This record gives sequence, C-alpha cells and structure tokens, in this order.
Amino acid sequence: MSASAFGMAAGPLIAIILLAPLAAVIGCVAVRRPRAAEFLNLAAAIASFVAVIALLPRALDGPYTFWHDYLIVDPLGAWVLLSVASVYLLASIYAIGYMRGGDDKRLYRFYALFAGFALTTLLGPLMNNVGVYWIAIELTTLVSTFLVGFERTRESVEAAWKYIIVVSAGISLALLGIIFYYWAGSFELGPTYDLTWSALRAVAPRINPTIALAAFLLVFIGFGTKVGLAPMHTWLPDAHSEGPAPVSAMLSGALLNTAMIGIARFIHVADAARLGAMPRTVVVVIGALSLLIAALFITRQTEVKRLMAYSSVEHMGVMTLGFGFGGPLGIAGALYHMLNHSLNKSLMFFGAGDAMHAFRTKRIGRIHYVLTAMPAAGLLWIAGAVAITGAPPFGLFLSEFTILRAGLAGPNAWAVFVMLILLIVIFVGFLNHFRAMYFGEHPEGASIEKRPHAKGTAFWCVLPMWLALIPLLAFGLWWPRAFSHYFAAIAAQLAGGGGP
Amino acid sequence: MTAAPAIWAAHLPPLAGSLFSLLAITSLLLAFVMLGSRWLNEYLIAFAAESWLIALLSAAVGFYGHFPELYGIAVLTAFFRGLVLPYLLLRIIRRLDVNRELHERLAPSSSLVVGALLVVFAFAVSTHLGASLGLAGTVAVLALTVMLSMKLIGFLMLMVRSEVISQVLAILVLENGIFLGSQILVPGMPLLIELVILFDLLVVVACFGVLVRYLVVHAGTSSTLGLRSLVG
Repeated sequence: MSASAFGMAAGPLIAIILLAPLAAVIGCVAVRRPRAAEFLNLAAAIASFVAVIALLPRALDGPYTFWHDYLIVDPLGAWVLLSVASVYLLASIYAIGYMRGGDDKRLYRFYALFAGFALTTLLGPLMNNVGVYWIAIELTTLVSTFLVGFERTRESVEAAWKYIIVVSAGISLALLGIIFYYWAGSFELGPTYDLTWSALRAVAPRINPTIALAAFLLVFIGFGTKVGLAPMHTWLPDAHSEGPAPVSAMLSGALLNTAMIGIARFIHVADAARLGAMPRTVVVVIGALSLLIAALFITRQTEVKRLMAYSSVEHMGVMTLGFGFGGPLGIAGALYHMLNHSLNKSLMFFGAGDAMHAFRTKRIGRIHYVLTAMPAAGLLWIAGAVAITGAPPFGLFLSEFTILRAGLAGPNAWAVFVMLILLIVIFVGFLNHFRAMYFGEHPEGASIEKRPHAKGTAFWCVLPMWLALIPLLAFGLWWPRAFSHYFAAIAAQLAGGGGP
Repeated sequence: MTAAPAIWAAHLPPLAGSLFSLLAITSLLLAFVMLGSRWLNEYLIAFAAESWLIALLSAAVGFYGHFPELYGIAVLTAFFRGLVLPYLLLRIIRRLDVNRELHERLAPSSSLVVGALLVVFAFAVSTHLGASLGLAGTVAVLALTVMLSMKLIGFLMLMVRSEVISQVLAILVLENGIFLGSQILVPGMPLLIELVILFDLLVVVACFGVLVRYLVVHAGTSSTLGLRSLVG
C-alpha cells in the first residue's frame, strides 16, 4: 500500500482514537449527569479500541507520519496503543460498577478526567517529535494526579502530591537529556531542525559519544521514573494504591507502557550511537534492581493494592530486561509481556477493588474466605493471581520464558539467573498472600458470609474480569501468528544491537 | 543565521560572551539566594528575578546569534515566568498562612556549602563534556555548568525543604536551569517546543495550586513532613 493510500485509511482512524476521548471529556463537562458521563466515556473507549484494532494491520507497513511529521504510526507505537486501548476499555466498563455508590454529583468530573487521562496516554505512542513526546508524558502526570487524589482522603491527597513531585522532578531529567540530544545533533544538522525519532536515529552515529552517553542516561533515568523502575519507583505504590481501582488499572496497564515505549526508542538511538555495551548494561541492571525491590516489598506487603503496585514494578523490570537484552527474541518477549501484563494487571486491580468494596479494607490480614464472599469475582481474581506470577498456562509464562531465552544468549546472561531466582521468590511471596486471603485460618470474629456486589453493579464488575482473563489464557496456550509478524516488524525497526 | 551554528557560542564578540556569562552567573547566584533563605517571599522574589534574567538572556542570544524568534520567547518568559507564575505562587502563599520554612532538614548555611560543592561537581562534568567537544573555555561550558548546577540545587532544595511551596519552587528552579542552558546551547530549538514547554509550566503550577489546597483541606498540612501515612 502506498503511503498516500495508507494515509487516507489511517488518518480517520487516528482521528477517532484521539477525538473520541476528547469528545467524551467535553461531553462529560457539558452534560454533568453521572449516567450520561458513564455512557460517553464507555462509548469513547469502545470507539478508540475498535479504531486501534483497525489501525494495527495498517501500521505494519509503517512508519508513516502525519501532520507535518508530528504524529507517527509505526508497529511499535500501534502495539502500545493496543495495550493502552484494551486497558481503557476494560477500566471504563469496570468503572461503571466500581464508581457507583460513591458521590454521584462528582462522577461526571471523574469521567471527564478519566477520558482526558486516556487521551494523553493514547497520545504518547503517536508522538514523532521527541520534545512533544516529553510533553505528552508530562500531561499524563498532570491529569492522572487528580484521578489519584480523586477520593480526597488524607492518603489519596498525599499520594497525589508525592506522585506529581517525584515524577515532575524525575521527568525534568529526561528533558535535560533531550536538550543534550538536540544540542549534539545541532553540530551536524544546524541550529534549527525537528528532533524526530528518525532524525535522532539517523544523526546518532555522528554525534559525540560522551554527550550521547550522558543524554541516554538522563532520558533513561527520566522516563524510568515514569515507568516506575527502581530506585525511582517511590511514587508508584502510593499512586497505584490510593487512586480508585479503575485508575490504578489505567496507571499500571496503560500509562507505564506509554513511558516504556520512549525507553525502547532511546535504547534504539543508543545502539545507533555505538556506545558499546554500557547503555544496555545500565538498562539490564536497573531492570534487575526493579525485580529485586519488588520481590522484597511483595513478600512483606500488608495492603492488597500496594501488593499489585509492587507487582507492576516487577513487571516493568521484566519488560526493561527484555528490551535491554534486545534482539528479535528479547523485543518480542518484552512486547508480548506488555500486552499480557496490561490485561492481567487490570484484572488484578479489578479484583482488588471488588475485595476492598466487599470487605471495606485494604489490609490483606482482614480479607478472608474470598471465594465464599464473592464467588465469581473471587475465582477470576485468583486465576489472575496465578497468571501474574508467571505460572503456565497463561500468557505471562510464555513472555517471561521468551525474555529468559533472549537473555541467555546475550552478554548479560547473569541477569537471567537473577531474574529467574527473583521470579520464584515473587511467585511464592505473591501467592502466599492469596493463600491467606482465600484459604487462611479462621480469624477471631471474622464472619464467613456472602458479600454481594451493590445492586446493579455485579455485571459491570465481573464482565471486564472475564474479558481480561480469556485472552490471557488464550495467549498462554497459543502465540498468534499475527503477533509474530508484528514483533518481527518491530524488531526490524529496532534492529541493531543486543542479543539474538 | 550563522553558518557553523553549533559552535556559534565559540566565536562570540567579547562583549556578548561577557554579557551571557554575567546573566548566567547571576541567575545561579539567585538560586543560591533561594538556597540560603528561610523566607518563602524571598524565594519568590529570587525566582522572579531569575526568570527576568533568563528573559534578558534570551533576548541577548537572539540579538547576537541572529535568532529573531528568541525575542518573542524573551517576552513570554518575562511575562509567564517572571510575572504570572510568581503571582500564582504568591496567591497560594497568602492563602496558606505560612511565610517561612520551619523544619528544614539542613540549615540554610549548610545547604549553601553543599550547593557550592554541587557547583564544583557540575563544573567538573561540564569541563569534561566541553573538552570532549572541543569547546573548552567557551560560554557553552559555562552554560552547561549553570544548567547542571541549577538542576542539582533544585534537587537539593527538594530534599532539604519540606514546605510544599518550597518544593514547587524547587521544581521551577529545575525547569529554569534547563531553560537557561537551552537558550545558550540550542537557541535554534523550534519555537513550538519552547512555547509548549512554557505553557506546560503554567499548567503544572496551576495543578500544584489546586493540590496544595487539597493538601491543606484534606490532609491538614502544608508541610511534607506531615505526609507520612503511606510507607512500605
């Protein structure tokens, strides 16, 4: 398909992906009715999701650029859009069930912010100009801060404050790194040029290696803060645990991926700059450190949503290892892991939200006999817990296994063994909490009773959990061939370094 | 537009070089004023003055480097960073009923010493980077030094100050450092990016303003020392 024919086909799709959430924001603010806001947001989520699905095969021949090169559609970006749009759809369905029963008067604000948050996360992967990409990431922080603090409790406001301060400070380092790149590029390209991903990649072999290394480390630390890599992860457990459950799912399953794509693209630039093994070693070390921190905090965790949050740190570490190992196998593993994690973590936060509603607590120690209390959601939740620890037959097993294989053949094979040990520790630690919640001993004064969903919300709460679990199981049993084509295209796009 | 753009800073008239150096170093000194004071009003005045100096620097770079669009950036910088942001912050301070830092983790005098050490470190890094590019001794090295120093001082302020306003100002010092450095290092950066970053800053401060109000109303504190309920 020629670029112009593609443009005619993809232009409207991109417009739908971005304008649908925008229309929902405007609609929610204009109408101010809770039920209408629910509907508008859900309609926007469905529209974006369908448009992303339609965009996927068209993006395979990319990259294509639009709007004076400010927007890019390439396989990597489209893949991230897929996981973002999936989580947005699932979380929008779940939000209808979860947010009812709260303050109905403020509900339209929630949905306006929620759609706005989705808009900014969908924007990031489409950004072709590195500076504008930075701004898109910054915007995600600004919108989601208010979602984190939406419940206006002492804890949620504290989490929102820590989130915006830590991430703003961290991401300012990425801006510094981007200025360094621009500066280094201006020695070759003149003082005024557009710093697009392809321009940066093209000029990378000719820029001064000292500056290139400094710039890479700065952007890695900066966007790593947003991805939640240790030791810059400190905002993540607070923000993920204090926001409403649909927001936690969006933060973990959508937002982190939008920042992760930046790291993947910058690793690609660092490869082109011929900096030796240093950049990838740094990436692998930080990925392994994230796994270590996550393992330590998961085993000793006492709150159910913080448990999920540290699990996000873990999986971001796994993905970082995949991109750090590199090569077609590492990239395929990391990307497969991205989609699987997005689906699985949404499921986990939905289950945690249900449990919090049913037991009116976040503390693991006060949640008992989940299967009796909430049979349908409980069953799905524990299936998700098995899946997220990387046990077969779910998708994360396959993707983690692929990443392990990719690492073994590369220069950082030590990290494979670290990863394997820590994954086992996390498996035991994580499932031990679920054992306590599901099959633990009868505590004093705890009642075994059914704790049904509030009237009219059960459907909305349980449906998205099924919608997340079914593909997760399917992807564990069967790696779709279409995905392999996709990963091969992305690996070709990001070629030039790392393992096999 | 100069032919060899990237090293335009290496072939400046002496007067221009001195002017850039003077403006950059004075901005850095103002960061030290913020570091050495306990009073929120003084932070604010120092920040506003720093922004005005950066605006002057933009105009000077525009003049000597023949980047006419920088005049526009200079006006916007003076207006937004020099007037609107300080005004917004002043409103927050008035509402908060707090006018000084009460429990700093490091006394202002010690902070100054640590800040000086950070400048030495920034200088060492910049000299190394400058030498590797063949720019040793030019205003580019000075710009890098000031940029990295303000960055580090901003992080230091974030660490040792606990009033929420101090933290917002620390974030703004981080931003100012980057903006100052970029005026000298990459004066030709596309206008759109600079405009959006300015706008972004405005939104950031507006968000901070709303959050500060939430903090006071819902958490009952204007100091991050009171934010201790989320750990582990």
